[in-house]
Amino acid sequence: MDYSEKVLDHFANPRNVGEISDADGVGTVGNPTCGDMTTVYIRVKDGRITDIKFKTFGCAAAIATASMTTELALGKTLDEALAMSRNDVADALDGLPPVKMHCSNLAADALHAAIEEYLAKS
Amino acid sequence: MKRIYLDHAATTAVDREVVQTMMPYFTETYGNASSLHSFGRDARNALDAGRQTVADALGAQANEIIFTSGGTESDNLALKGVGKGHIITSSIEHPAILNTCRYLEGHGREVTYVPVDSDGMVDPGDVESAITDDTALISVMHANNEIGTIQPVSEIGSIAKDHGILFHTDAVQSFGKTEIDVRKMNIDLLSVSSHKIYGPKGVGALYIRKGVKIKPLMHGGGHEMGMRASTENISGIVGFAKAVSLAVERFESDTRHLTGLRDMLIAGVMDSIDDVTLNGHPTERLPNNANLRFAFVEGESLLMHLDMKGIAVSTGSACSSASLNPSHVLLALGIAPEDIHGSIRFTLGRGNTESEIGYVLEVLPEIVGKLRAMSPLAAG
Ligand SMILES: Cc1ncc(COP(=O)(O)O)c(C=O)c1O
Ligand code: FES
Repeated sequence: MDYSEKVLDHFANPRNVGEISDADGVGTVGNPTCGDMTTVYIRVKDGRITDIKFKTFGCAAAIATASMTTELALGKTLDEALAMSRNDVADALDGLPPVKMHCSNLAADALHAAIEEYLAKS
Repeated sequence: MKRIYLDHAATTAVDREVVQTMMPYFTETYGNASSLHSFGRDARNALDAGRQTVADALGAQANEIIFTSGGTESDNLALKGVGKGHIITSSIEHPAILNTCRYLEGHGREVTYVPVDSDGMVDPGDVESAITDDTALISVMHANNEIGTIQPVSEIGSIAKDHGILFHTDAVQSFGKTEIDVRKMNIDLLSVSSHKIYGPKGVGALYIRKGVKIKPLMHGGGHEMGMRASTENISGIVGFAKAVSLAVERFESDTRHLTGLRDMLIAGVMDSIDDVTLNGHPTERLPNNANLRFAFVEGESLLMHLDMKGIAVSTGSACSSASLNPSHVLLALGIAPEDIHGSIRFTLGRGNTESEIGYVLEVLPEIVGKLRAMSPLAAG
């Protein structure tokens, strides 16, 4: 199975790893039993994502897509971020092996969950 | 970058001496072993010598060895060749056995899969209680390819003998690494493969005890005593036989070397990394197998980081939402799926050195630390 250079780069040097204490929104998807779980933390100011962090338990593709998702989402308006799909993330990584496409659901879904949590609170 | 190969259960490099021994059989001694002329006779002599070498290593007679294309074919020949009756096997067999059993079930055969304990051990008592009036074959692997646990095959062999049932064992992983004597162990059928013991790929053998009736898979010419039609792969068989004699010759030094490296690796990992568990039996295991479970991290990402450092290992699992499911072997040990995902198999070989293991021990704590730092499962 071949990962693109970009996937390997984001896997080896993931951007925005960590947690945000008192984040404005937190979203977790996945399940360790299935071998994958991602949590996304966001800080929101004036309708924009001003800070974003993630934590992932999962394969190289899951880590790389989470990293890329946070990079793409940073600075976006909430509407723009909600419109981001897993295909956008996979495309930004120059594609994923077919068996690994499902891994990219995790990060996009966790991002959306974090935004929804923020919107429900505010 | 220097590369370190720690995946010898998957396959091995062909020993240079083996390659040297094989070379003339491509270009000079290339005859068909069935031909009556001198070219054919030379090939026949090489074939006979190879058969004797493999037989000697197993405590068998030459006419009890059938050369095949590898472990998978040997397993298929044994299981399908028995023809009828109930089969007892274990839940941790290689897919070459498990999928053959499923195929046979699809053709109306009954199969019982006996469980293993948390170390991966089959209880011979479970095998005995699974025997019915219709049981024709028991097939339990000698050593497991993922966790290295060595099964009590002698005991299972005597149970089979007492009940007049055939006993097959898949010895693909144990051959060359543990003592095997088919007579003493009451084995009727035994599978081996060349590419796991520094021989070429695509060659193996099935030992069939004299008097045991097996139906061939291949129909054609009368090669291999009618058990396996197709012109014999002389160069491959010569290479396999050379690999076998090297394994026999180096048995003690290999065992010492591998056990030393394995124990250095296991102890080193345990000392430098928290929350690590050894999968498989603590003592009844292959000298070259260290299957370790790292809590809170996922095996593939661990494997990929090691690969980036030039270290080749394997993982029996990937997330179950992908087509790859968690290892059936680790599931059978009763390990929780979330813990299975963090398992890595290191299998050492003759050519590995202490300094290579030292390098692994140097880079592994940092990799695990990095992955745990980004894991939502790890505390803190
Ligand atoms: C236990 C066991 N049985 C059978 C096989 C299949 O052997 P081969 O690759 O020679 O077909 C393997 C190798 O992967 C194995 O480890
Ligand atoms: S998260 Fe399932 S294989 Fe990547």
